[in-house]
Amino acid sequence: MAHDTLYAHPEAPAPEPGARRAGALGRALFTRWDTWVVIVLALVVVGAGASVDGFAGPRNTQFLLMDIVAIALIALPMTLIVITGEIDLSVASTLGLCSAVMGQLWVAGLPLELIVVLVILLGAVLGMVNGLFVTKFGLPSLAVTIGTLAAYRGLSFVVLGDQAVADFPRQWTDAASSTIGGSPVPWSVLIAVVLAVAFAVVLHWTPFGRSLFAMGNNAEAATFAGVSVNRAKFWLFVASGAVAGLAGVYWTLRYASARADNGSGLELAVVAAVLLGGVSIFGGRGTLLGVLAGVLLLGSLRNALQLADVPADTLNVVTGALLITSVVVPNVVGMARSWLRQRRHQRG
Amino acid sequence: MARDDAVPLLAVRDVTKSFGAVAAVDGVSFALHGGEAHALVGENGAGKSTIVKMLAGVHRPDSGVIEMDGTPLALGSPADARAAGIAIIYQEPTLFPDLSVAENIFMGRQPVGRLRRIDKAVMKAEAEKLFDRLGVHLDPDRPARGLSIADQQLVEIAKALSVDARVLVMDEPTAALSGVEVERLFAVARTLCAHGAAVLFISHRFNEVFSLCERITVMRDGRWVSTDPTADLTVDQVVRRMVGRDVSALFPKEEVEPGEVVLDVRGLTRHGVFSDVTFSVRRGEIVALAGLVGAGRSEVVRAVFGIDRLDAGEVYVDGVRLHAGSPAAAMAAGLALVPEDRRQQGLVMELSIERNATLTRLGALARAGLLSGRGERRAAREWTRKLQVKYGLLADAVGTLSGGNQQKVVLAKWLATEPKVLIVDEPTRGIDVGTKAEVHRLMSQLAGQGMAVVMVSSELPEVLGMADRVLVMHEGRVTAELGRAEANEETVMFAATGQNGTAA
Repeated sequence: MAHDTLYAHPEAPAPEPGARRAGALGRALFTRWDTWVVIVLALVVVGAGASVDGFAGPRNTQFLLMDIVAIALIALPMTLIVITGEIDLSVASTLGLCSAVMGQLWVAGLPLELIVVLVILLGAVLGMVNGLFVTKFGLPSLAVTIGTLAAYRGLSFVVLGDQAVADFPRQWTDAASSTIGGSPVPWSVLIAVVLAVAFAVVLHWTPFGRSLFAMGNNAEAATFAGVSVNRAKFWLFVASGAVAGLAGVYWTLRYASARADNGSGLELAVVAAVLLGGVSIFGGRGTLLGVLAGVLLLGSLRNALQLADVPADTLNVVTGALLITSVVVPNVVGMARSWLRQRRHQRG
Repeated sequence: MARDDAVPLLAVRDVTKSFGAVAAVDGVSFALHGGEAHALVGENGAGKSTIVKMLAGVHRPDSGVIEMDGTPLALGSPADARAAGIAIIYQEPTLFPDLSVAENIFMGRQPVGRLRRIDKAVMKAEAEKLFDRLGVHLDPDRPARGLSIADQQLVEIAKALSVDARVLVMDEPTAALSGVEVERLFAVARTLCAHGAAVLFISHRFNEVFSLCERITVMRDGRWVSTDPTADLTVDQVVRRMVGRDVSALFPKEEVEPGEVVLDVRGLTRHGVFSDVTFSVRRGEIVALAGLVGAGRSEVVRAVFGIDRLDAGEVYVDGVRLHAGSPAAAMAAGLALVPEDRRQQGLVMELSIERNATLTRLGALARAGLLSGRGERRAAREWTRKLQVKYGLLADAVGTLSGGNQQKVVLAKWLATEPKVLIVDEPTRGIDVGTKAEVHRLMSQLAGQGMAVVMVSSELPEVLGMADRVLVMHEGRVTAELGRAEANEETVMFAATGQNGTAA
């Protein structure tokens, strides 16, 4: 049991003097995972720009960004879900099913504006199914969303079979890959940025966001503080589904092709990016900025390796290795820290 | 008394065990003799469980020895205790639900046949032999899942017999048993005694203690009080020995003229946990819920606050009925609950002091739905200062604080909501004496300012020192409501052990 004397601080709360605060800030900055992700990201971008032919060109920048928009979108609600201690592995299959339904509705002759709304709603419903299983029946989200990962992908083949719907209007498909003015930045990035700001505000500046960290660390204590844990998780799964639906629309237009296997395996990249961005797989820790850096890092790395003619299978090895590294390293660092703390205690 | 010259089967000699600065067991000695059932009684926190854990090899005594047949034992682990022939039967045994009864009995020591394969036939036959010796009928082949708690305990006892345990420690084994099951358990215990084993029986039920045991050892505040043959004792004497201690050391509550009723609890029932609990609390009043651990006190306040669901009953705050099952609704109505388990329920240990202190009123701190770090910091600083929390940085994880300071953060986060009714569950458990006095003073002050306080406490001196009224619970029911003048150690203890008739 801890005692007052164990915690060697002066009687009154320290007034947090400026010097100390600056030092603490510096320390906090460099012991933070996201800081290092940003640093590594910068190194990768600079290194690849210098050594990989074509990496820094405007055309490659445009394609790199377009490639990661879908991952970035889905990673936003995923960040919040993982912070609460849950996970949604069904996102890529939701994307696929939404894409397949989009194709069928287009074939059926509905106006595309209506289709987009319907498909996003479909995504929300698919997420709702996950949310209900997790919150009403108390099932682990890992099991539930592995189940729906298979089920939704299966359904998308039921909907569209192995054909592709590719006759979407040019103006829509062009819009999905057009860039802002003369810059290499595609318009779709703007959508991702707007949503990212919204999610960041919710996560870091609202009571709801604060409660997510609390429940991710200790759901029981959060409940005792009046937080509606299940309600929050339910709506996060709905949001995850809706955003996956939106990503499905984007994916379909970007590749001008609605297919049942669209986005297969994308959940691996999303989860890897979220964990690489410093979100704890055990919940309770993470920042949205870190996740965005993680998305960019993973995307740039894969892109640079692709340009350097590394085969696709090897790329997946890299993604998997990064995922495991980002889970293992914080644990090792944590163990080292508590070991150091213990030693300090024993000496002091 | 003639037996005392003989070498006892198991002797506890002058053992001491401290956790931090608190001595849980302080110089306790007693002896168990073969063929005898021996009761160990005392209030919650008297140190009984610590004794059990030392016998089980979970805790090592700081000093003193445990001897068997006059030879000191080194009980460094549960395996050592088992090897020495000491078996522990807990209130709720932990069997492997998907394994058969026989497999549970022989877990880790299965009889093996050819090629080191488990010989199921031998195992079953052995299990049947054990049950025959105990005089009970249990099918060794059935899975442990679905066995009643009484039957699970019998499996544990059979397991103990299978390793030739000579000392059987039963830690409140009857708490969850029906009358018939208790009789069967006692019959088994007597059989074991007749075969020369020693039984250490821990219970809060005096009728059981007096009917089963030949000797009774009383503990209080970690110290040994007395060991006497049951024949020389009365229930009255035992109760007095359990509670007799100095109450004056505690901070007494200041006198307040109680105002109107704020909290009104009517007929609260949760099947199998508590039933028909009715009470009301006025402004300025401190009402204590007293009783033994497991009497259902924490469960009642959790249900009032909306954490646990209810089967029947209503809660009114200022005459308005509270929406059941919603802590958020309870908070909106002006309730606050400082829960029993600080580390699991009261705080999010990994989060900072600031985040914990403001977790209960994020909505109120937000401007236009957004939180500014500055406003939260100011609020957290204000309330931690009011409660004199000692900390380094508000950004430090709350888990780095001492127990007393952690409890102050919990109090801070609830007082910041400016509740009308403050419910505190074991407000001073596991905190140092100085902070304890501070918490008592604070509660008295708050009541003085017109707050209604409900306090669940297992510490009688705290209950008697602080409460204007004491509600005593026993096995899920309120068995007595005592005014400040009537409440004393004996009246509370009698009601808490369900001995109402004698208390009057």
